Amino acid sequence: MTDTNFDLIVIGSGPGGYVTAIRGSQLGMKVAVVERAEIGGVCLNWGCIPTKALLRSAEVMHLMKHATDFGLKAVKPEVDLEAVVKRSRGVASQLSGGVKFLMKKNKITVLEGEARLEKGSPAPKVIVKANKDGKDASYQAKHVILATGARARAIPQAGLEPDGKLIWTYKEAMVPDVMPKKLLVIGSGAIGIEFASFYNELGADVTVVEAVDRILPAEDEEISAMAEKAFKKQGLKILTKASVKDLKAGKNSVKATITPEGGKGETHEFDRVILAVGIVGNVEGLGLEALGVEIDRTHVKVDGFGRTGVAGLYAIGDLTGGPWLAHKASHEGVLCVEGIHGKNEAHPFDAWNVPGCTYAHPQVASVGLTEAKAKEAGHKIKVGRFPFVGNGKSIALGAGEGMVKTIFDKETGELLGAHMIGAEVTELIQGYVIARQAELTEEDLMHTIFPHPTLSEMMHEAVLDAEGRALHI
Amino acid sequence: MPINITMPALSPTMEEGTLAKWLVKEGDEVSSGDLIAEIETDKATMEVEAVDEGVIAKLLVEEGTEGVAVNAVIAVLAEDGEDASALEAPASAGETAKPAAAAPEPTLETPAPKPETSASPAKAGAAPETPQKLASTPMPGARIKASPLAKRIAALKGIDLSALTGSGPHGRIVKKDVENAKPGTAVATRTAASPSKVGTASPDGLILPQLLDDRVYDPESYELVPLDGVRRVVARRLTESFMQVPHFPLTVDLRLDKLLAARKGINAAAREGIKISVNDMLIKASALSLMDEPDCNASYTDDGIAYHNGAHISVAVAIDGGLITPVVRNAHLKGLAEISAEMKDLAARARERKLKPQEYMGGTFSLSNLGMFGISNFGSIINPPEGMIMSVGAGAKQPVVGENDQLEVATVMSVTLTCDHRVIGGAEGAKWLQAFKRYVEQPEAMLL
Repeated sequence: MTDTNFDLIVIGSGPGGYVTAIRGSQLGMKVAVVERAEIGGVCLNWGCIPTKALLRSAEVMHLMKHATDFGLKAVKPEVDLEAVVKRSRGVASQLSGGVKFLMKKNKITVLEGEARLEKGSPAPKVIVKANKDGKDASYQAKHVILATGARARAIPQAGLEPDGKLIWTYKEAMVPDVMPKKLLVIGSGAIGIEFASFYNELGADVTVVEAVDRILPAEDEEISAMAEKAFKKQGLKILTKASVKDLKAGKNSVKATITPEGGKGETHEFDRVILAVGIVGNVEGLGLEALGVEIDRTHVKVDGFGRTGVAGLYAIGDLTGGPWLAHKASHEGVLCVEGIHGKNEAHPFDAWNVPGCTYAHPQVASVGLTEAKAKEAGHKIKVGRFPFVGNGKSIALGAGEGMVKTIFDKETGELLGAHMIGAEVTELIQGYVIARQAELTEEDLMHTIFPHPTLSEMMHEAVLDAEGRALHI
Repeated sequence: MPINITMPALSPTMEEGTLAKWLVKEGDEVSSGDLIAEIETDKATMEVEAVDEGVIAKLLVEEGTEGVAVNAVIAVLAEDGEDASALEAPASAGETAKPAAAAPEPTLETPAPKPETSASPAKAGAAPETPQKLASTPMPGARIKASPLAKRIAALKGIDLSALTGSGPHGRIVKKDVENAKPGTAVATRTAASPSKVGTASPDGLILPQLLDDRVYDPESYELVPLDGVRRVVARRLTESFMQVPHFPLTVDLRLDKLLAARKGINAAAREGIKISVNDMLIKASALSLMDEPDCNASYTDDGIAYHNGAHISVAVAIDGGLITPVVRNAHLKGLAEISAEMKDLAARARERKLKPQEYMGGTFSLSNLGMFGISNFGSIINPPEGMIMSVGAGAKQPVVGENDQLEVATVMSVTLTCDHRVIGGAEGAKWLQAFKRYVEQPEAMLL
């Protein structure tokens, strides 16, 4: 018989949930985590990790195609789609196994089933309908943290609804049965662009449609423009200020009406369509309404420590709103559980310090305010830029395209934002995130020694450039 | 080069201080970190450390001299090899350097240590630091932890970082803290104060001079005890508060029996050495009530109302010659044992006047308890910039009418909450008292 009393029950075992559970256990709590599907959640099984495995295949493909640039000869590289997908699934399952081990190591009870909440004290009661036998069991904890995540948004009113066969969400796009010849990607956020980049590299004819006037709309405008240019050069078709309506799935193809803003709609035919038009929180079926949890559209409202306002009930991660990123969820989870434990008072969640990464080719990474947002917020700014072409390491890598951009407050020297596009920038951005977290000024960054030869030198140069002191340009 | 040792500003509100005691004499060798003097500041006695090493060439201010202005030269240090005896008092020490048997001339022109506001980024980072040769860091023994950005903003706005409480990790002062601070936190320029024959008039001109007329009381008929720093500050601040803050009192009676029983139970169950007092429980209850009614955890400022994130409870402690309010910081996050231990330590050091400025500043709510003197109820004067102060009377057995109209005996205690009406309305204050009443009358709620 499993224990039914815990200090902490976490609902959902994604990167928010399982990290929260581990931190709770480290703080001496008796913890259970409820998961209705795979341990590790979307991130490990259907998100961050398997897509990175796919994109790695695309990157190797890219290098093989350009082997001659490096003085190498490769016989015409071919895609074995089944093997690419198999590798990606293998990576996901290895890591999911890793999380299972972590749960065991930290003595966390894993309850496999679907959870719902009922009124209780000191925290809501957790009823788990077990996957195994469909039977309900009731659990009581002192604290309950919701980490149920989010899923792809569908817009049935506009005829945008996945069918799982021809019209995909990220989930189907990750395990393609065939290599689509013509692919339509609706939405140009990180998810849309990563799949567009992947399928384009492996030979599909990819069209990306975006409603606003630029791709990667959350990024700095300059970065969006550079990304668009780079993708177009690789053969990606990009239609901005355009919308897609009325997807009509036929036998083996989908008809889509694409309408440019203020123009006339035209119908095109595609083999497959990927819907990447946003995220909705998994708020349903948990019994939240009856408990009086405040929900804003599909997201649970919380304060900087994840408190929902209902005694003993907290929420973290995608469920609480954007940015919809695994590391945001993990961080919020740690804050929340430390807050419960009385350990953290100093650091409520700060969305502006969450780095955002897009693992396309080229990569995009950023933290803080864009130039436009910084101006909008009333800052007098100084901007530094440094191009990849001025950096020795990037030339040696054969990756001379890209830019690092920094935005500082002119008066205080605060690093308001940093934006990067190019090779490996997702590995670099954390340097600027540390700078923001530690509240370093341009001066501290200028006095920091960056190793040579590395791509990181560009981060130094972009800071120096904001002062008009860049050395290598 | 001889080094001038100057009167340090030991707290941001300090404008002058009393040189209580020299711990060195002329000719003594000192090295960095040695204690050289005791200075009585506006609220406490603090020790001053030497920053440089050398030989004390001259002590320019006599022990016991009052009203030595901040930054006035108090001693001269000769470096190795210098002839100490040949040194003359530096000209700049001027008037204040004179050993003053009578009250020293106030130095009106003493510049407040002004942060450099250089545009050059290389300099700006170090700007808030006091000049290198100052004989003491702003707060001996307490390095100010602040982020580079916080330092820069403080320099730009003219904020003294030593006056702030950091909200970052380990009390590090971060951007948010300086952004919420007012430039006035910097040491203000002094206004004139005329030396008077009897008593000292307002040090800042805010209060009308309070002098005794010889025709009313013959000077021979009383003994005049000079004001010390604590008295002076208490007099000024409370007068300001009473005159400037529109305040109103709210009184409520609380039944204390359950709290007393809970205390008995807790102390019986506690580890040896832990003894929770009723006051400790009231501190906790106040803090939790402030969290429940965050509108009441507020300070009035001309820029807006500052709603505090944490409940920092100032607890009035009577000390020899005045009153001081050490602060139990983040009391809402602390357990009773922790509050009790902290309070014991703070109160003991308060009585010895050994509190550091950061230990008696930064409260968001005050608690004053005269119950032990049998006072049944009273109203306190608000301790600005805090928005409320609660006065706690004695718990006494009283006949009360029970739920079914029967007479019973209960221990009843009366508390009076004085509120700053600019920040807190009657209804808000009343709601706060309701929350407080609940914690006192159902002390289990404090465990939630």
